[in-house]
Amino acid sequence: MNADRRDFLKVSAALGGAFALEFSFPWAARAAVEAAATEVNAWVVIYPDDRVVVRIARSEMGQGTYTALAQLVAEELDCDWAKVSSEFASPNEHVRRKRIWGSMSTGGSQGVRSSQDYVRKAGAAARIMLTRAAAARWNVPPAECTAAQGMITHGASQRKLRYGEVAGEAAKLEAPTEIVLRDSKDWKIAGQPVPRFDIPDKVTGKPVFAIDVALPGMLFAAVVQCPVFGGKLKRVDSSAISKARGIRKVVRESDFVAVVADSWWRANQALQKLKIEWDFGSNGAASSETIAAMLRDGLADPALPRARRVGDVPAALAAASKVIEAEYSSPYLNHATMEPQTCTAWFKADGFLEVWTATQNGEASLAVAAETAGLPQESVEVHKMMLGGGFGRRGAPQDFVRQGVAIAKAMPGTPVKMLWSREEDMQHGYYRPASVVRMKAGVDAQGKLIAMHTRVACPSILKVLVPASLNKEGIDFTAVRAFHDMPYTVPNQQVDYAMRNGHVPVGFWRAPGQQNSFYRECFIDELAVAANSDPIAYRLALLKEGDKNRLVLEAVAKASGWGNPLPPGVHRGVAIADGFGSFTAMVAEVSVSPQGTVDVKRVVVAIDSGYVVNPDTCRAQAEGNVLFGLGAILYQENNVKDGRIVESNFHNFRLPQIGEMPKVETLLVPTGGFWGGHGEAAILALAPAVCNAVFAATGQRVRSLPLKNHDLRLA
Amino acid sequence: MANYRLMVNGKEQVVESWDPNQPLLYVLRNQLGLHGAKFGCGLGQCGSCTVLIDGEAIFSCVYPVSAVVGKKITTLEGIGSAEKPHPVQAAFIAEQATQCGYCGSGMVMASVALLQEKPRPSNADVKSALAGNLCRCGSHDRVLRAVQLAAQGIPGKKGA
Repeated sequence: MNADRRDFLKVSAALGGAFALEFSFPWAARAAVEAAATEVNAWVVIYPDDRVVVRIARSEMGQGTYTALAQLVAEELDCDWAKVSSEFASPNEHVRRKRIWGSMSTGGSQGVRSSQDYVRKAGAAARIMLTRAAAARWNVPPAECTAAQGMITHGASQRKLRYGEVAGEAAKLEAPTEIVLRDSKDWKIAGQPVPRFDIPDKVTGKPVFAIDVALPGMLFAAVVQCPVFGGKLKRVDSSAISKARGIRKVVRESDFVAVVADSWWRANQALQKLKIEWDFGSNGAASSETIAAMLRDGLADPALPRARRVGDVPAALAAASKVIEAEYSSPYLNHATMEPQTCTAWFKADGFLEVWTATQNGEASLAVAAETAGLPQESVEVHKMMLGGGFGRRGAPQDFVRQGVAIAKAMPGTPVKMLWSREEDMQHGYYRPASVVRMKAGVDAQGKLIAMHTRVACPSILKVLVPASLNKEGIDFTAVRAFHDMPYTVPNQQVDYAMRNGHVPVGFWRAPGQQNSFYRECFIDELAVAANSDPIAYRLALLKEGDKNRLVLEAVAKASGWGNPLPPGVHRGVAIADGFGSFTAMVAEVSVSPQGTVDVKRVVVAIDSGYVVNPDTCRAQAEGNVLFGLGAILYQENNVKDGRIVESNFHNFRLPQIGEMPKVETLLVPTGGFWGGHGEAAILALAPAVCNAVFAATGQRVRSLPLKNHDLRLA
Repeated sequence: MANYRLMVNGKEQVVESWDPNQPLLYVLRNQLGLHGAKFGCGLGQCGSCTVLIDGEAIFSCVYPVSAVVGKKITTLEGIGSAEKPHPVQAAFIAEQATQCGYCGSGMVMASVALLQEKPRPSNADVKSALAGNLCRCGSHDRVLRAVQLAAQGIPGKKGA
């Protein structure tokens, strides 16, 4: 990446003029004199030797977008894939060029699916412009020329020109307005399992992460925030460190204190010695119990807004042969990215602010940095580094950028790297909302679901992070997902939402609202058991012909060998989930030891995402979804006591170990015609598939997570 | 302020540390500019900071700098590069055995230590050797494959 980054800096400097990046990147100082590249359009940069650099606006946290989007551009550009690399688009340039790269947000599994149209068109437009440039040079009609594999050929004369030879002329042409994109069946680069661009640097230790940034004279900051959310700083006694070596500053802000020192270890040691008084405000007595009571109270509210109403639920429940009820719940969950939150900021003498961070949204980081600094956005650059995990933590909340910039602002002229300890990271997240859901089902004489009333009580992510996205009744659709848009054909449905926010900040945790998939799909399993019906057959009977949920369910039934005998002690469960544009069905095979330990042995998942740009990274995402979800199923919870989060590090917020990773078999069954995502598809179905298998194994219906809180010893 | 003479990636380095208990990780990252080993937990709970001391994988976030004097320290940067990767790094690339890649450094170093000790490990050996290396992204199955692939690439080799 280094060589290309050097080149990108040169290109950016040539284009933008106002860039001040001399040695902002640790490796930029080594820039060699190289022939200038040409920006054919905002997405496509071509070198005289035919190397192609694709600009990527979305972030890379291991999901593969950095490579997959380049595949889509290269597919339409029709160039030599071996000469393609990627570069992040600059957020500063993005602002100055009127958001030319579209959304930089990298969440909701949108990275590929929401940019595929315009990035493919950019690749195609560049190809057309290169072809026209070659035709003009030969003085022949463009229609007589073809472009392929980085070469333009004039059919009649067999003359050839390389892209790199005509890029300069192509860039001066008008962009074409009529663009026909290739049919996916003709793809040669897209659709292939090409290796990711970012892996070699990552496994050889190149400084690609925000935590790795090294700048001349850089200092280090450790941070402690008010342990109770919403509390404020009263006073700090720093006399214990006033004479300590290497300590440069104590930064006091309204809700955090930072020590700036010549090493992070020293800063963090000094932080422990400060005497800090906080005003905890009104939240100092909140606990998991008070929060659970708040949610249950919400369920009892007679006047809740409705997210969905179909048919007549009260009448249908009254007429039902049988009514089945259940209450399910989930705890708060931290993202626990392996790289704790970090941000390096540098107020330079020329009035320019540079920021290096791990962000899922470069332009959101830029906006927060500029606002905190009190500078116009044009005077700020955010260098998007590779993320050491994201999962939704680093998108909408930009608290780490606010802190990093506020600290550096107190040290003008000096770059400062702010890094959270794991404890700060664990206790100052934007947590997956705790929730409680009550479902009431009416079934007919055959046990078929004819009426369902669901009440959801949970904090609203949108209320905290994107309030404009709430509908006018105050419904947060991320809170009622899987219920308000349930694919099952149930003639009478009602979904009520009790927004109960509490004081714990909530956020988008990989597949927001996925708790509801756990609740719904386990409850459907309960109904299937009550009807004495096979859980797949029970679901199929509730799904319309042609529903894509059916197709993945049938695919996973076949691939998993549903109905075939399993080894002794192994049991299976199934679940379906549609979300983030994709359709997922999963079968989990589980054994439960006599001591009650759950071992998830095999997971078979079928995903229909419409199209598949890189099958290997899509499979990797399915594997990652399984592991990420498994931690939440087996071990993880964030409890609240005295207004603060109890868990502090990996000993009490456990991640599964390598030996706990199930065998994951991923079936990619793209049916075309729509674009779905992969970053969050498989996790939706995991908790219900596993818990339904646990029921098959033990007869115990698990209605709350994590499993460590349940005694699953065989009776 | 004490000086410590360290042998890092085959090169002698003299570092100052006012605190003999300062963990090696911070010396590597903040003083020697070696960013391969990562900070993940600070308590030896996640393995992101794994480096080799005399060939043995240790958690550098809890290993005092004073305890490594006279010992051979090897970090991710010391075993190979993107251009000339160590067989384990090459195998991680071949198997695409990392997602965000943050834990990858520790995974690679723990795997190198394992293969030096046991050139033909079983999958159970790999799982046991890497039990202390946590990964949030779920690369585990690929890591298993990568270690086995590397084992085929370094038959009976000692001291990689």
